[in-house]
Amino acid sequence: MNAKTTYREALREAHRDALLADPRVFLMGEDVGKYGGSYAVSKGFFEEFGADRIRDTPLSELAFVGAGIGAALGGMRPIVEVMTVNFSLLALDQIVNNAATLRHMSGGQFSIPLVIRMTTGAGRQLAAQHSHSFEGWYAHVPGLKVLAPATLDDARGMLAPALADPDPVLIFEHALLYNMEGELTGYWKHADIRKASVRRAGTQVSLITYGGSLWKTLDAAQELAAQGIDAEVIDLRVLRPLDTETILSSVSKTHRAVVIDEGWKTGSLAAEICTCIAEEGFYDLDAPLARVCTEEVPIPYPKHLEDAALPQTPKIVATVKRMLGQS
Amino acid sequence: MIEFKLPSLGADMDQGKLVEWKVKPGDAVTKGSIVAVVDTSKSAIDVESWHEGTVYELVTQPDETIPVGTVMALLLEAGETPEAAEAWKRAHAAPATAATESMAAPAAAVTSPPGASVTAEPDTRARVSPAAAPVRTRATPAARKRAAELRVDLASLAGSGPDGAITIEDVEKCSQAAPAPVNRMTKMRKTIGAAMARSKREIPHYYLASDIPLARATEWLASYNAQRNVTERVLMAALLLKAVAIALKHHPNLNGFYRDGHFQPASAVHPGVAISLRQGGLIAPALHDCDSRGLDDLMRGLADLVRRARAFTLRSSEFSDPTITVTNLGDGGADLVHGVIYPPQVAILGFGGIRERPWIVDGVVRAQPMVTATLAADHRVTDGHTGALFLADLSRLLQTPENL
Repeated sequence: MNAKTTYREALREAHRDALLADPRVFLMGEDVGKYGGSYAVSKGFFEEFGADRIRDTPLSELAFVGAGIGAALGGMRPIVEVMTVNFSLLALDQIVNNAATLRHMSGGQFSIPLVIRMTTGAGRQLAAQHSHSFEGWYAHVPGLKVLAPATLDDARGMLAPALADPDPVLIFEHALLYNMEGELTGYWKHADIRKASVRRAGTQVSLITYGGSLWKTLDAAQELAAQGIDAEVIDLRVLRPLDTETILSSVSKTHRAVVIDEGWKTGSLAAEICTCIAEEGFYDLDAPLARVCTEEVPIPYPKHLEDAALPQTPKIVATVKRMLGQS
Repeated sequence: MIEFKLPSLGADMDQGKLVEWKVKPGDAVTKGSIVAVVDTSKSAIDVESWHEGTVYELVTQPDETIPVGTVMALLLEAGETPEAAEAWKRAHAAPATAATESMAAPAAAVTSPPGASVTAEPDTRARVSPAAAPVRTRATPAARKRAAELRVDLASLAGSGPDGAITIEDVEKCSQAAPAPVNRMTKMRKTIGAAMARSKREIPHYYLASDIPLARATEWLASYNAQRNVTERVLMAALLLKAVAIALKHHPNLNGFYRDGHFQPASAVHPGVAISLRQGGLIAPALHDCDSRGLDDLMRGLADLVRRARAFTLRSSEFSDPTITVTNLGDGGADLVHGVIYPPQVAILGFGGIRERPWIVDGVVRAQPMVTATLAADHRVTDGHTGALFLADLSRLLQTPENL
């Protein structure tokens, strides 16, 4: 039997494997060294791998993400940890203008085999400057691959293929997942960074989600099942490039789709998915599409307001029931 | 009091679906006037009246599928009052109720819809008034697609989806309730198959063939057409039909119907002209009174018949009247046709292609246009001798085309 582990521990093991497997791999970021990482993913690494490979950086996202790009250009396999996606905005220029473009700008002469990890999402009362979900913004940019591991297996398994990818890969870890406990299934050894995953098969509605919302959505599916509604849950896992094949094949079976996305609704990844379904799966639709997204406010600090702003299981259940004409 | 019943418009028609009425209560109807359009497995057909009278009440509603013989409408004869029709309705209302509660008949007549005993059970489930506003029906894209596949009319459904939208499930439920809509081609294939199987099962066919020289007919027709514009030209097909019709007048035992164990000769000659439809399948509607019509008139009639057959606008008499079938498969490249008789007819005449072939005339082999005519006939009515005389007669008639 597999022992209980956590999402954090799964990530930590994945990093350890990577550091042991390839001397070109190193980890860089704020407090990743002596402190052990702000979410403790790299706890103990500083002692084990030393200051050359576990590098604490100044509080300048622009500088250390840029340094990561330079190291990747120079033949290294850097993993850059950014404390939260909110702070990554300071490094947008490096990520969007350099990392995403240099292969193109150099006519294919340079590639940026860089992995940037960051925390995303709300739910820990960290207020508006530490709680947003901007992964959808990055999913807008050609040249980037955007991953959102939501399960222990994906946390354990996605880093290796991300490092093996010759282009920049962004990994978004939802802040609420680090303490999630469970067991690895062994599936992680086959994790890929191309396909979405059907986490629950169903026939009446496709619930399309990723990251922290996956678990709320699975809870909703269970509640719906108790009420006689058979929902399919798709974990996107990869936000760019989107696995539209899995989405469309699910919708062609269920004829209904709800997208659950912790991003804001306007101009969101959820909007992109809905449009894709409307464009490619229009004649399969037996109900208007629906989205459960975060309310269009900066994420509030008070617990009850934060909860009210975010997609929650009862909202998902109510949306599905309305869609099926059962509200 | 005239009961206007759904006629059988072919050997294997046992039901039809009313598409629309061409008359309304109060309209006067004469023999041959078109009363309704009925969809059968073969075609939408204009159904003519066999009677004269005034429409009193339309019993069958559009979209109802009813068996042959169902009273579709009540007509009043000249001088009749509505009383006659009302009496008929009382007599026919709810016989089941009347049987068990004989004294309650008038009450039953009041509560039952007129003609309830003879019409199909109306499908009230999930129907809404089609007279609703001209608003676009609220249906999901998938429901629209499914409805098109199943040929379900969305306007007739009530939606169970969000905001009352019609969903796939609504469409499929309706479609299951209604008799499964069958593709017309599939239905026609079945109908033809059933008629031909019956023919092969019941009719002892005998087959004869005769090569007929057409040199004179071809030459005569060429000179006949020489002074005409293209649209007025007469085709060999019309000439052949005319010759067949005259030959049939001389051999009436090939022209008619075998019904109830005996032959009923037909008084007129109405050859059914086999017309293949572009989308596949076959119809053989009657070209009326071929023997007595002039060649030009016949040609116009033939062209009109083909056009209307392909547009599915044939008249009921054209379906029910053919006294023999004539099929011409020469254009398709066949030399010889072994026909299958269309019951209850007793013969079918086939023409192969008209081709130049060696033929001996006055001891000399000459190339000349020839056609092989074949006759398949019903041994219950005639013997080969009759058929042989008929083919010889036909050949003789075609040697003097100017007399046709």
